Amino acid sequence: MTVTAVPATPPVLEEAKSLPRERSSRRRWRPSRVAVNVVLGAIALFWLVPTLSMMIISFRPAGLFEVSGWWKVFSAPSQLTLQNYKELFTGGSSTSLGGGVPSGLAPGGVLDALRTSLEISIPATIFVTAIACLTAYSIVFGRWRGRNAVFLTIVGLMVVPLQVALIPVASLYKDMGSAFGWNPFGTITGVVIFHVAFGLPFGVFLMRNFFTGIPTALIEAGRIDGAGEWTLFRRVVIPLGVAACASLAIFQFIWVWNDLLVALVFLGGDPHVPLTLFLYDQERTLAANFWIISTGSMVSIVVPLIVFLAFQRHFVRGMLAGAVK
Amino acid sequence: MAVVAVEQQLGPPRRRVRREGQHHLQSLAFLVPGAVLLLAIVIWPAIATIRYSFYNGTATKAVGFSNYKSLFSTADTLIAFRNNVIWVLVFPFIVTVFGLVFAVLSEHIRWSTAFKTIIFLPIVFSVTASSLVFTQIFQLDPHVGVLNALVQTVDDYFHPPGAYPLSSGQTAASLATSGVVAGPHGTLESSTAVRAGSTVRIGLTGVNPDTLTVLGARQARLPAPSPGAVTGLVWRDFSASNPSNISGVLPGEDGFPNLHLALLASDGSIITTTTTDAFGRFVFPHVGTGPFRVQIEASNFTPSFSGTFWLGPQSLTPTSNLSQTAQALLSVPLIDISEILAYLWIWAGFTMVVVAAGLAALDREALEAAHVDGATEWQTFRRITIPMLAPVLTVVFVTMVINVLKIFDIVVNLGVDTSQPGGQSSTLASDVYYLGFGGGVHTGLASALAVILFILVVPAMLFNLKRISGK
Repeated sequence: MTVTAVPATPPVLEEAKSLPRERSSRRRWRPSRVAVNVVLGAIALFWLVPTLSMMIISFRPAGLFEVSGWWKVFSAPSQLTLQNYKELFTGGSSTSLGGGVPSGLAPGGVLDALRTSLEISIPATIFVTAIACLTAYSIVFGRWRGRNAVFLTIVGLMVVPLQVALIPVASLYKDMGSAFGWNPFGTITGVVIFHVAFGLPFGVFLMRNFFTGIPTALIEAGRIDGAGEWTLFRRVVIPLGVAACASLAIFQFIWVWNDLLVALVFLGGDPHVPLTLFLYDQERTLAANFWIISTGSMVSIVVPLIVFLAFQRHFVRGMLAGAVK
Repeated sequence: MAVVAVEQQLGPPRRRVRREGQHHLQSLAFLVPGAVLLLAIVIWPAIATIRYSFYNGTATKAVGFSNYKSLFSTADTLIAFRNNVIWVLVFPFIVTVFGLVFAVLSEHIRWSTAFKTIIFLPIVFSVTASSLVFTQIFQLDPHVGVLNALVQTVDDYFHPPGAYPLSSGQTAASLATSGVVAGPHGTLESSTAVRAGSTVRIGLTGVNPDTLTVLGARQARLPAPSPGAVTGLVWRDFSASNPSNISGVLPGEDGFPNLHLALLASDGSIITTTTTDAFGRFVFPHVGTGPFRVQIEASNFTPSFSGTFWLGPQSLTPTSNLSQTAQALLSVPLIDISEILAYLWIWAGFTMVVVAAGLAALDREALEAAHVDGATEWQTFRRITIPMLAPVLTVVFVTMVINVLKIFDIVVNLGVDTSQPGGQSSTLASDVYYLGFGGGVHTGLASALAVILFILVVPAMLFNLKRISGK
């Protein structure tokens, strides 16, 4: 909608009649514009409440949780304290707050969980992006038969619920243990492999959509000049596709970071657990430990929040590619 | 490079063919890591799961279709089906509507980027963390859960609690200690008939001393009898230093201030009303001869709203003459509603952003033409925007259907005690997990459920394939 400036002096009636409808309708809609602002403002506030409450609970003394609501902090800002974070990072095993956790970096501590989350998410992101790029390159620029069929199969795999693979993969991992002496079950590697495989269909789909925009003539010219496929991939396609790779990587990173189910199945009994599993376990202990959960939740959202705010556009683009392209 | 070019111009055609073959091989080699992973971790396991679904709980003996039969005949899995149906019927629709409304409205404000960021942010958090926030929001105690605190504020406005709210399970009759008995409908009445000029003593216990302190109670004091009037005292008939003395007004025993009383005629009709003072005293002046009874009104004891347990076992159950199974299958647990609300908070940003992208790509000329022709905002929205957005809305809707068919994280995190197989809020995906890995393992049943989950996703898969291959 193009917005034309309203002249400072009101036009005479005849002029007003001959003006485009746009201008008069704009004036007519003023009151509703105020209403829209008010309604959306209320919705935005409402949407902030859960995040705000988690934040405030994590900064309030643990003992106050059962006594008074977090919103009481607005009349008593002096309640805010870093105590919960201090206990969680350094010596949560002290029972002064009720419901202890191992101190920060020990297995089961929150910093250990943070590290485990990184150890899972970073390799999973790198491998998905790299392998998806290779696969998509082969599908778009390769000259073998059945490329379209392979692509459509991969599109079909995009919606396969990962539940259908959990049980066989778990036993496959264990079989690998007895056959080769290397059992990925219960290890970070096992989780990463699973995430990479289930991240691939979307990754290939996204990268393929981008690569089809690269003129085939560019590749053909390179081939005629004698460049190998690897060189073309490295020197031509990837430099052009950096933005798309970034979208995929950001999307994948946040996806894996926030996963619970895969970690739950493949790392269930492991002392090193990612943050989601840490929170899941904490919720299932009986102690009065809401301070751990809220503070741990805050720790768990810091990394994806930074990644999102830094690469907002890439993340949204990756999501849109999956939905509308 | 020049040399290569010359070679290609001059070289025999055979050599060229070999080159092409090399390209074929190389680009096929690029396919290997992805193909191996997809075959080993996605495709083969999916087939293996189908096979497991015809085997027994430990995958040692083929059992035919018996796993499937028991899935459709046991109450536990039927509840999971019911919940999945609720999710699929309710969630994709409302989240799409929310996304559409947010996207359209945010076009009319200057701060739309900020608005969209706020709505979108929850997607970035893990569902686990978000669920835990909502666990706290839905807490029963209005001092802890913000939702019940809000409801309490509203409820107390319309149904003001009495000065002496009963705690849960407590009755007014349990307060009666001396000179008083239970009356009808939660009231208390003086145990003996009174006449003008006499003084009534009503002793109560079971009220928190803090309640009295807050109301400004003072040491109980008997009023002087007054001719032509009924006077009296209501006080806390309990002294820690002399607990056995009942009905005596002792030092340290406070009056009950601000208590609403009525004077009843012998037929039970109300003659007049009054209120006690800080010492617990009251006077009904200028009454007839009597006999009367003094009534403590039920409104004094109206409890405050104590919260709805959103995360508990309550449900909206049809009350008609249905069998128990039918009632269980048709009821909607409150926990499902809480989970859907929380999930809406998480996903509305996604649908909003996708719809907004669709809006941005719309043909603006059609919209402007409608405006020029004098269409109202609503007509334009209803007749032009929505039809033009239909493809995007469909995609969003289908994406959300797939999403909630597999609903897991929020179910196990918000409904900690209700997500086990047979639990009020269990779903197919949560059952797959519990039956496959979470104790009471039955590989066959878990696999059969996973297969059903897969079959349910197939229409969405075909939709995607048709859409993408059509381009």
